[in-house]
Amino acid sequence: MSSRDRVLGRVRRALADVTPHNGPYEEAVGRDYLPEHGHRTTGQTVELLAENLADYRAIVHRCGAGELPDLVARLLAGRGSRQVLEPPGLPPEWLSAADVVRVEDRAESTPQRLDEVDSVVTGCAVAIAETGTIVLDGSPDQGRRRISLVPDHHLCVVRVPGQVVSSVPQALERLDPARPLTWISGPSATSDIELDRVEGVHGPRTLEVILLG
Amino acid sequence: MSGTFVGMPAFPKAAHEAVHNPTLRANLRHATHTIRAKRARAVAELDDWPALREAGRRIKDHTLRHLDRYLVQLEESVTAAGGTVHWAADADEANRIVADLVKETGESEVVKVKSMATQEIGLNEALEAEGIRAYETDLAELIVQLGKDRPSHILVPAIHRNRGEIRDIFRTEMGAWGRPAPEGLTDTPAELAEAARLHLREKFLRAEVGISGANFMVAETGTLVVVESEGNGRMCLTLPRTLISVVGIEKVVPTWRDLEVFLQTLPRSSTAERMNPYTSMWTGTTDGDGPQTFHLVLLDNGRTDTLADQVGRQALACIRCSACLNVCPVYERAGGHAYGSVYPGPIGAILSPQLRGTASEIDASLPYASSLCGACYEVCPVAIDIPEVLVHLRERVVQGGPAVRQGNKVLLKPAKGHAAERAAMRAARWAFARPGVLGAGQRLVSRTRRLHPRTLPGPGRAWSGTRELPAVPAEPFRDWWQRTHGGKDSSK
Repeated sequence: MSSRDRVLGRVRRALADVTPHNGPYEEAVGRDYLPEHGHRTTGQTVELLAENLADYRAIVHRCGAGELPDLVARLLAGRGSRQVLEPPGLPPEWLSAADVVRVEDRAESTPQRLDEVDSVVTGCAVAIAETGTIVLDGSPDQGRRRISLVPDHHLCVVRVPGQVVSSVPQALERLDPARPLTWISGPSATSDIELDRVEGVHGPRTLEVILLG
Repeated sequence: MSGTFVGMPAFPKAAHEAVHNPTLRANLRHATHTIRAKRARAVAELDDWPALREAGRRIKDHTLRHLDRYLVQLEESVTAAGGTVHWAADADEANRIVADLVKETGESEVVKVKSMATQEIGLNEALEAEGIRAYETDLAELIVQLGKDRPSHILVPAIHRNRGEIRDIFRTEMGAWGRPAPEGLTDTPAELAEAARLHLREKFLRAEVGISGANFMVAETGTLVVVESEGNGRMCLTLPRTLISVVGIEKVVPTWRDLEVFLQTLPRSSTAERMNPYTSMWTGTTDGDGPQTFHLVLLDNGRTDTLADQVGRQALACIRCSACLNVCPVYERAGGHAYGSVYPGPIGAILSPQLRGTASEIDASLPYASSLCGACYEVCPVAIDIPEVLVHLRERVVQGGPAVRQGNKVLLKPAKGHAAERAAMRAARWAFARPGVLGAGQRLVSRTRRLHPRTLPGPGRAWSGTRELPAVPAEPFRDWWQRTHGGKDSSK
């Protein structure tokens, strides 16, 4: 007997007392919780996103479309970033004013090579106001998962209000499970020493978010 | 479970030793009190918390009751997305599968994301025996691994260590495993985190094989979810060429939408955050992004035996948040090691004796490692009635009875050491069935009450050593009831 049959057989014998539910799944679960918490205007939702991002130590900036290249250039220069990773589909104007060496993420680039880079600039798929979360889904303006992970500085551009949702349920509705997803809420952190939160472990230690719109 | 736990003394003995360790008690008290207040604030932010909790309970309950259906669906989805699914009936089989998969890659080292399932099966030790070195990359797991220690908490396995102890471990042990701790390392948490970052970086960058568990597996889509804080999880899930995930069969949820419940309740219950810093979701493999080979090992190891128990099966709904540990007065004082399992605290007290059976001394004692105060049930984000299962397991230990072990029906014998208790209960049953005898006995006890000892003799001595014996009233209640017609006569 294969282990698959053995385990499934044990499961079925263990559930001999159960009458199977054959109606719709949603009926069995019942979802009495809220689709979002509170009532906000679009502007207030963006405001909440900014607050919650900052509360978990992300650095938040805002700008209009015309100001973005200068803001990106200023932020990179301010950190002294020389080499900047860019995903393949990053809008070309985002880095147009920055005086940096642009590094493409090639399939053959080793993690060690990515580790030499100072910063990475990406877009995002969706941002969640209630939790201060940005989600990347590997679209061309975000690139492979590793590029937003290895460099120590991540600059993420969120288009507001278009990419902002209020709540976790609304975010899941927008996301495609077939894509590799990374949910990011503030810079890397740990609570492992005396259950107290410390920012900065393995992921980028500085997360800057630009709310564009 | 891990060989390091074999031969553990029963809970009362281990706890007795632990409470006499003042450093341990101070560390635990500090950590659990810090997180308790924070968790309460994080939960209070959501005014639909009870509804989220109920939805989580129902999702888990429904899934467990149709587990075969969802496991088969999960297998199909993961396979369709490019993954390979393996089934392991027990720890040995899971360890063998993983060791063989690692050997096939030709590698002799792996990086690991913190995973309860792989600790439960003792994977690191099994790999070591096959000449494969497994590096733990979660900060607390690293502290435990470097300190040749055992985990004492589900979420923060090194909770029993304070910052000074951690600094000492890093200073003396890091060099033997790779990059040594920086010169002049102090005990500030930020510096300790930095030391771990430097130490592990080289391992992440060269790793070819990653091993993980998962917090959730979605049957409908084949998506696996790992919830973490440090980024070590992302490193292990993204950089290696091969990813092997060992996951308990109870971690499946039916639909993508179900994640909306647990991604709200888990971070707030565990680290008291609105959202944990990083959550990774992957569905099979993605061309050109992340591991190109993905294996999922579905682990039974006592879970189906637990599922066969109609009262006890609810323990499988656990999402490993550890809120019950942080709030438990027994855990706070005894610490995690006393539970003799990788699953300590209230959830461990109901999970370990079901996964492993109640044959050993430690497992038979775990259902008693509780005051039944119910705080664990109150904070549980999936509403597991832990006190109910504890009482149920106590009955099983004392009375024995039918159970399932390794898929086979067995009849458990009553445990030794409970003979006096059983005799007392039998006597009580006999007396309560005979009102005349009961009344005469009660009157006799009341009349002789001045002669009663202050402490119990024999096996009862331990009980009365820390408690006052209840005072016996001058008149039995039933006599009073009859005399006053149920209290209607005003005369007392």
